Amino acid sequence: MTPFASLSKAMLKGFYRDKLSVFFSVLFPLFFILIFGLIFGNNQSARPLVIQVGSVPFVETMPAEARASLDRAVNIEQGTTLEAALEEVQKGDASAVLQQQGDTLLLDFSSAQPATAGLVQGVFSAFVDQTNIALTGVPPTYTLQTAQVEDESLQPIQYIAPGMIAYGIAVGAVFGAAQTLITWREKKLLRRLRLAPVSTAVVVGSRVTVSLAVAMGQLVLFVAISVLPFLGLQLNGAWYMAVPLVAAGTLAFLAIGLFVGSVAKTAEGGSGLANLITLPMAFLSGAFIPLESAPQWMATVSKFLPMGYLVEGMKDVMVRGEGPAAALLPIAFLLAFAAVITFIATRVFRWDTA
Amino acid sequence: MANMVDTITATNVVKRYDELIAVDDVSLAVGHGEFFGILGPNGAGKTTLLEIIEGLRQADSGVVQLLGQPAWPRNSALLRRIGVQLQASAFFERLTAREQLETFGALYGTAKTRVDEMLEMVDLADKAGTQTEKLSGGQAQRLSIACALIHDPEIVFLDEPSAALDPQARRNLWDVLRGINERGKTVVLTTHYMDEAEALCDRVAIMDNGKILELGPPAELVRALNAPVRISVEAGALSIELARSIDGVEEVTGDAISTVIATRDPARVLAALAEADALQGLAVRGATLEDLFLTLTGREYRA
Repeated sequence: MTPFASLSKAMLKGFYRDKLSVFFSVLFPLFFILIFGLIFGNNQSARPLVIQVGSVPFVETMPAEARASLDRAVNIEQGTTLEAALEEVQKGDASAVLQQQGDTLLLDFSSAQPATAGLVQGVFSAFVDQTNIALTGVPPTYTLQTAQVEDESLQPIQYIAPGMIAYGIAVGAVFGAAQTLITWREKKLLRRLRLAPVSTAVVVGSRVTVSLAVAMGQLVLFVAISVLPFLGLQLNGAWYMAVPLVAAGTLAFLAIGLFVGSVAKTAEGGSGLANLITLPMAFLSGAFIPLESAPQWMATVSKFLPMGYLVEGMKDVMVRGEGPAAALLPIAFLLAFAAVITFIATRVFRWDTA
Repeated sequence: MANMVDTITATNVVKRYDELIAVDDVSLAVGHGEFFGILGPNGAGKTTLLEIIEGLRQADSGVVQLLGQPAWPRNSALLRRIGVQLQASAFFERLTAREQLETFGALYGTAKTRVDEMLEMVDLADKAGTQTEKLSGGQAQRLSIACALIHDPEIVFLDEPSAALDPQARRNLWDVLRGINERGKTVVLTTHYMDEAEALCDRVAIMDNGKILELGPPAELVRALNAPVRISVEAGALSIELARSIDGVEEVTGDAISTVIATRDPARVLAALAEADALQGLAVRGATLEDLFLTLTGREYRA
């Protein structure tokens, strides 16, 4: 095996055998994707629940197309007794109870949730009106056409997934580079490698390669999980541009890790400093919360942070439907950032602890 | 000392750190196949000197040649011919003993079959699948020596190989080191253990405050010291007065347990003791490097 391949293999093993680094760079972001994805979930659960008591022919005999459109607006479930159904509404578990007596539809709702109550009333009166109009045989004068706008504030997974991918990659690369440098220096492995016939370029190159491989693995894993139906990430636009974005982001975060590893003296100090940089950066870059719902100053700050560019770039090409060109500015910023920080890191780099 | 073609030569090496002179005008030569020790207390400058010889550090002035080539600047061709074990156990994190050897081996382009050979040599075949973090101090030390030898180097440098080992582990390590030297390798080690230098080294350089105080085979150095031999017997074996009356006795000290006789003529004193039937609990202790260090520096040797 070549020195490059064997060093890469050694570093890769060092990564996946370290439970803590696997947890923070893989499982932790994955938990966030799962938890946020499931809690705020897909819009299925956002539909108000309407409990149907007894037979409601108005709904049951509705044409399939109309029924599908009704189901998109409300979630109708068959209830047992009226008392039980009303109790559900009182507890706030259901929005309304639906019955039919002859040609009259009865809708009981609680005023505790005026918004959903209004929505449910609106939906049913619209359907009743339309049905009435249809029964007269007169074509309606006005028609309303609706289309759902891809609004990410409605679908949390659309901003959680890119944010968490960016965070996971940042943690993996910053910690990976910093810890390698610090522990190798502490254990004199850096010195030992100086006394082996292997160039610095090979050592650094294998570290970069391993970090890129880990980052690509994270990207594939996080996206593969997020697009599962129960999480429902929709990829729109030039999503494949996430690959060069993540690669450029990894280089930027490696540079930060290199800097941390160069200035920190101990492994503990290094991970403290790495956390001190990655965590606030993740918040300020909108990795955890969307910048749209954050104060303006945060959006401004994010314009100076590599993670801000990575998060925004990935949102643009993965969920906002932008073309490949949208990724170019973020990639350029990330690469420039990597170059500047690497330069600074090499100025403060030391071979020895002392 | 197979033949005295000098494998290592250091000439007037000086290294200072701010005010401190770590290595103060040191010159030495090590022959091919020699087992050479650099002995001295902590802070004597041993490690700095060794790292300059290895080519890890640049001397402020002076020249080091390894196998006829300058040790500084870094020379890949030369690095293939030397093996280095550094003070700490310099391993890749979370790799097994076998994987460490494979990784280091790959850096030198050595065949994989060497790995098993090395594990066998340092008696770690049964620990091949153990991550280095879980090895004992002695095992880790032996593995790091195996890593230094993986590419079959001509010169091996060992920095305090037996530091922090228990006595049994040190003995095991000594066997390994002797075996390496017997295979024709030039071995250079630093140590702060007097007994280690005496037990292993063909020649030692005694170092203190960055200077080499004395250099030569341990036995010769001790002999040149001409220090008295200490003969001790049980306290009741003979009276202190009688002991003092024996010809050649220089000093007699005693306590409740033993009587200690210092002499430069042990043969005559032992004969006299035998005649007086006073050999109960006999122990004879010659001068050691410790005595030498005391004489050279005027202070007790403290590792």
